[in-house]
Amino acid sequence: MFSRVFPVQKGMFDTAGEASSKIKKILKKVGIPPDIVRDVAIAAYETELNLVIHSLGGELTLSVNPEIIELISQDVGPGINDVNMALKEGYSTAPDDVRDMGFGAGMGLPNVQRHCHEFQIASELGRGTTIRAKYFLKNN
Amino acid sequence: MKLAEVAALLDARALCCLGRLDEEVSAAFGSDMMSDVLAFMNEDTLLLTGLVNAHVIRTAEMLELRCIVFVRGKRVNEEIVELAEAQNVVLLTTEKTLYESCGVLFAGGLPGVKRKK
Repeated sequence: MFSRVFPVQKGMFDTAGEASSKIKKILKKVGIPPDIVRDVAIAAYETELNLVIHSLGGELTLSVNPEIIELISQDVGPGINDVNMALKEGYSTAPDDVRDMGFGAGMGLPNVQRHCHEFQIASELGRGTTIRAKYFLKNN
Repeated sequence: MKLAEVAALLDARALCCLGRLDEEVSAAFGSDMMSDVLAFMNEDTLLLTGLVNAHVIRTAEMLELRCIVFVRGKRVNEEIVELAEAQNVVLLTTEKTLYESCGVLFAGGLPGVKRKK
């Protein structure tokens, strides 16, 4: 069992993806099946980009035990106004400069949902957002 | 389709990983939106794009894409080539447009990606 925390700063587009890259390398190194490594990497990259684009800053936490991998994205705000809309494909509040970089098509959160076994999101305006993506290593 | 055949059909130049041109891709996807690439593409496939930045390579790393074709004669800087080399992603560059490149590869027998889930 181990847990690692990766801080992610808002607006730091140049380094966006570095935490996800480290997460992917760690999971490969400890022998997690390749399809799960890939799913966690995609979810990590999507949530890391969301932290950079939308949050005031936050962190990704990776926890691994023999049965479950958990990826948690937690930020300090501003919170999501309408979580149900944010979970719909194509809905985006990303600014134009983010779209110019190739992101902000409103595919991120639905894509995290599609690439995990269990998905939870909790958000409060002014407080922040927490996303939990779980992967079950047994029976998968 | 072998990557060498992709390069030949597109009159493309390889920028790195020349030793991997005998590897195959099963399907391709064309987009400048990495959000859509992340939502639609699968491992060991080929991306055609006119977007040139480090996030294209990061996206390929997460998805384990095999090859990226930069279309419309886009200039690719050394930093991006080095990133791709480190990730073992073959980079090709062609003067053809995205539309023409996709058409040529599709007509040559390379299908579009199928969304997995």
